Amino acid sequence: MQAVLRLGDDALVLGQRLGEWCGHAPALEEDIALTNIALDLIGQAQSYLTLAGTLDEGSPKTDDELAFLRTDNEFQNLLLVEQSNGDFGDTIARQFLFDKFALLRAEHIAQQTFDLDAAAVAAKAVKEIRYHADHSSKWILRLGDGTQESHSRIQQSLNNFWEFTGEMFAADEVDIAGAASGLLPDLSTMKVKWDSYINEILEKATLVRPEDGLMQTGGRKGVHTDELGIMLTEMQVLQRTHPGASW
Amino acid sequence: MSDNKSNWPLWEVFVRSRQGLGHKHVGSLHACDAEMAIGNARDVYTRRQEGVSIWVVPADSITASSPSDSEALFDPANDKVYRHPTFYVLPDEVNHM
Repeated sequence: MQAVLRLGDDALVLGQRLGEWCGHAPALEEDIALTNIALDLIGQAQSYLTLAGTLDEGSPKTDDELAFLRTDNEFQNLLLVEQSNGDFGDTIARQFLFDKFALLRAEHIAQQTFDLDAAAVAAKAVKEIRYHADHSSKWILRLGDGTQESHSRIQQSLNNFWEFTGEMFAADEVDIAGAASGLLPDLSTMKVKWDSYINEILEKATLVRPEDGLMQTGGRKGVHTDELGIMLTEMQVLQRTHPGASW
Repeated sequence: MSDNKSNWPLWEVFVRSRQGLGHKHVGSLHACDAEMAIGNARDVYTRRQEGVSIWVVPADSITASSPSDSEALFDPANDKVYRHPTFYVLPDEVNHM
């Protein structure tokens, strides 16, 4: 259940973040692209959280209850996805680092048979995430192999987010149990594929892969950066002020 | 490639729907290259399942007939009814044409 909850939380937090771009993107077409991606993620979040809610047999919850009534230390999303959007380049860098991880993960879950409900959600998500990864990697190529300004700024964005990439591959007991059951992929194998993809794109974009340094972790255990609390305050205020409200 | 908005060229977008036979013009958008134009067209013009195939063409490549020429170009066809295939009597078996 925790594994599925994490899938939902990653999607929910990132979807909420991308939704913040609505009306603010640098071009109309990008505004629609980013918000479409946000909607895809929110759809995935709804499916995964509904499933996670039913897996908690002691106290089953709805997707809305999980999304709007948990506090930040109950969320198990990656620290990477809760970071502020920054400017367009920052958002693209964050997407680029996350999308390939999400794609590899979803591809695995779609073909495993331990949990067929999760497999169905993941199979639909794979098509969406394939487009997200294409979108972000193409932008990395344009910005990296672009003007001097775009090159140095996207390099800086990648450098800034690099410390959050370690957490994607830091296996804890949930990941180990998940890999044993077949539900989740083996993270060390996945990291090899992720590395080769990231390196290939960065090289084509004439960008430098940031040095591995200290990696931030804690998101999977509910220990988050300040960013998440602030974001949740805005996201949850309506449900908390008027509990049970609906459109 | 510059990502300066004022330099992005205009592209015309044509989409073929699931039941359609030909690509129809649905609108235009700005993008910095052809790949991005396809991506943007997918995001902007196929959100509601409008299509299964997208063509994007740089707006500069399109030559349009001038409205001031429309009399000379199109009016002469109005009174040449012999060009229409409407005088054949079809046998019942193929009368659904």
